[in-house]
Amino acid sequence: MILPHLPALQIVVPLLAAPLCVVLRSSRAAYGIAFVASWAAFAIAILLLRAVLDAPGGVISYALGGWAPPWGIEYRVDAVNAYVLLIVSAIGAVVIAYAGPSVAKEVAEPKRYLFYTSYLLCLAGLLGVTITGDAFNVFVLLEISSLSSYILISTGSDRRALTAAYRYLVFGTIGATFYLIGVGLLYQVTGTLNMADLAQRIPPLAANRTVHVAFAFIAVGVAMKAALFPLHIWLPNAYAYAPSVVSAFLASTATKVSIYVLLRIYLTVFGVEFAIGKMGVGYLFLPFALAAMFVGSAVAIFQPDIKRMLAYSSIAQIGYMILGFSIATALGVTAGILHLFNHALMKGSMFLAMGCVFWRTGAVSIDAMHGLGQRMPWTMAAFVGGGLGLIGVPLTAGFISKWYLIMAALERGWWWLAALILLSSLLAIVYVWRVVEVAYFRPAPAGAPTGEAPLLMLLPTWALVLANVYFGIDTRVSVGVAERAAAALMGGGS
Amino acid sequence: MDWFGLYNYWIVVFLMIAGLYIVIARGNLIKKLVGLNVFQASVFLLYITMGKVEGGTAPIIAEGIEVYSNPLPHVLILTAIVVGVATTALGLALIVRINEEFGTIEEEDLEEQERQT
Repeated sequence: MILPHLPALQIVVPLLAAPLCVVLRSSRAAYGIAFVASWAAFAIAILLLRAVLDAPGGVISYALGGWAPPWGIEYRVDAVNAYVLLIVSAIGAVVIAYAGPSVAKEVAEPKRYLFYTSYLLCLAGLLGVTITGDAFNVFVLLEISSLSSYILISTGSDRRALTAAYRYLVFGTIGATFYLIGVGLLYQVTGTLNMADLAQRIPPLAANRTVHVAFAFIAVGVAMKAALFPLHIWLPNAYAYAPSVVSAFLASTATKVSIYVLLRIYLTVFGVEFAIGKMGVGYLFLPFALAAMFVGSAVAIFQPDIKRMLAYSSIAQIGYMILGFSIATALGVTAGILHLFNHALMKGSMFLAMGCVFWRTGAVSIDAMHGLGQRMPWTMAAFVGGGLGLIGVPLTAGFISKWYLIMAALERGWWWLAALILLSSLLAIVYVWRVVEVAYFRPAPAGAPTGEAPLLMLLPTWALVLANVYFGIDTRVSVGVAERAAAALMGGGS
Repeated sequence: MDWFGLYNYWIVVFLMIAGLYIVIARGNLIKKLVGLNVFQASVFLLYITMGKVEGGTAPIIAEGIEVYSNPLPHVLILTAIVVGVATTALGLALIVRINEEFGTIEEEDLEEQERQT
């Protein structure tokens, strides 16, 4: 009886839980509510994915409030967004399990219930962007998630978190407004906002100048939100100074959802033929993706602050995801979507490990890492596990996505691209090794804080690390769904 | 081609560019926020302009009214205005906190202080 309403519940549960936290005004109660709501969202996402894979045609359409599309807002779930919903809600659930002690350490008591409120709003916004089938609805939910993420970032203990949040606010608003202009122009020529409806009406207008302008505005707006090089400037400080929980959550979800929007708008709404064939969007993004891979990794090598290093590494990894899309074949898009999933696991576990380090030592600079391999063996082992994934060592999930990327490059006959992917992976070895060397081969300074982080923080961290290894060996689920998602996107009109 | 018949769009484009320029060129955080608001306002105007039907009245169903403006862009932009207000409020709140912590809201001074800490 409740099953047909799963798409609505996916958003409604965290969205209603958020004001409940404000009403109760207790950090403990707020944590409890956030915990239950996040895990409920995760459970709903699993059920949705199973329902979508079994559904005839692979699509579930839900008319919100009973208003039939295209007039009402439609929630449209297919293999693509069911997969992204699963990623976002899984990370949301794992991170909230970890949040208790970490937030207690980094966020002041009177602000804590508001922190959990923003967390739930951010989760609801991100899930909403993913599930909706309405182009304007994407804007509204994107802003819900962005506004709450500015708040989350500004709660960081370093005062630079405030300026980072402000800069992110300016960038994020410009990005969202660009997207809004693009959607407005599309509405002007087509008279509809429903994505499936737009997809039907745009092909006859392929020569229309307004459609081309809308295409460009949306490209810039979404690329800003996704932190695609060179529009990434807001990201490093935002991730470096935010509380550890927020860095882990946003790094694994927010930019991923923006990339999903990019794929959805281009491949479904504008259509494969128009976006890739006529506008050559693959060639448009390819140089930026390559630049992101190399510049992001190269800058990461020189960062003294490890969270900042991970942030730059994220920019490089976003490059890999966009690269998959730029290759513009079904295999390439599969690789990109697969990397969305795998990177969420790897980067999530590494940021969570850094959160453990911060909990114990109060610093995440490279100087604070001396001898950490002996001082916090489990935490550092988790960090190395995530790092191996970033490099793309076999038996980790990172290997699988690089493997697919290289296969996609070779399928197009672009051997030089395959070489560049391998070359940029070497840079990842350098920045991960830097930390490993200091943590394992340098003696700990006398009197350095020693001892593991609480089990409540270690377990979620290791859950992600083990998932990273599991999906590196058993790829049936991750690759299988990614292939179906890519087929749905490239098939057009689904 | 009638270049000035659609003069609303000229205003939209002017406000859009002016707003974006203020955001980029001004160092004062509040001025940046003002620029952001001008930029957003231009988009509101863009939506409202496209909803206008020549000779149309307000979209109220009443006797004798045949032609009326498209109400949907108005509704959309009402939502966008709410988002804009929320963004401005949050931005101003952040500026207050930045002023408390750094004692300045000038971009250059802030960067100077960030380099030192």
